[in-house]
Amino acid sequence: MHSFGYRANALLTFAITILAVICALASVSDNFNSPSPSSQVQVLNINWFRNKPDGDDEVSMTMNISADLQSLFTWNTKQVFVFLAAEYETPKNSLNQVSLWDGIIPAKEHAKFNIHTTNKYRFVDQGSNLRQRDFNLTLHWHVMPKTGKMFADKIVMTGFRLPQSYR
Amino acid sequence: MVVTVALMIWKGLMCITGSEAPIVVVLSGSMEPGFKRGDILFMHLSKDPIRVGEIVSFKIEGRAIPIVHRVIKVHEHQNTGELDVLTKGDNNYADDTVLYTRGQKWLKQHHITGRAFGFLPYVGWGTILITENPIIKYILIGAMGLLVITSKG
Repeated sequence: MHSFGYRANALLTFAITILAVICALASVSDNFNSPSPSSQVQVLNINWFRNKPDGDDEVSMTMNISADLQSLFTWNTKQVFVFLAAEYETPKNSLNQVSLWDGIIPAKEHAKFNIHTTNKYRFVDQGSNLRQRDFNLTLHWHVMPKTGKMFADKIVMTGFRLPQSYR
Repeated sequence: MVVTVALMIWKGLMCITGSEAPIVVVLSGSMEPGFKRGDILFMHLSKDPIRVGEIVSFKIEGRAIPIVHRVIKVHEHQNTGELDVLTKGDNNYADDTVLYTRGQKWLKQHHITGRAFGFLPYVGWGTILITENPIIKYILIGAMGLLVITSKG
């Protein structure tokens, strides 16, 4: 009844239970954080705009991305994955989402940033529908916890338009 | 007893989450520093269309083990609602076109086996140790068998 094996087993079970409860509580505590992130993006220049030989449109642009995501961080946050996507509708597709840039924010101190960049991933359409196309730029973030549930949200910025002709 | 309970929990999770693999162990470093080798992810599979930024597990024809990567591109076809999805590992330099079957440019809805919603670190290390060192598995099974035989009930 009180052999070494039984005691070791009981102790291990108890320790794992406590650990699981603490992990669950840490994850639940994230729900009490009500973040207020902000973001602003400017398209500074259309570097080039072409129709690729396979028929798809492709554009390269320079952007200025600034955001303050500090309020997303809690004690249970490991990192925040942030990315900017172009979102638009075409006659062919009811929704197109194309990631243009992304970054990993490892700590709260780096969560307020202002960067000047060209699109890191290619902005290629399915087809040739980008001329004079209105699009949104949406800043998405994905909060990765130390343990538990992941959170995601976004800020949509509207009113961007691509040029009328290739250049 | 333990095996039965484990199987019940697994099948129960499959029913609730709708995913054929509700828990996956991260096997590579392609999603670092978010997910490391040995971390586990909880997956679900709902009917909602997949959107950019989600972390999904997908199966490629001819590969047994699903890959867990992030969606970086989505094209949803007008009328049919059919999806074309492109993925990439956070820690990889290039997107996943090279991992797909030759000539395959996009993932379709049916390739996707799960969508991640929860995370626990380190818990999957046991699985990795056992699969990569079969000897440990035999020692474990042997020890359990011995315990069963020698226990006085």
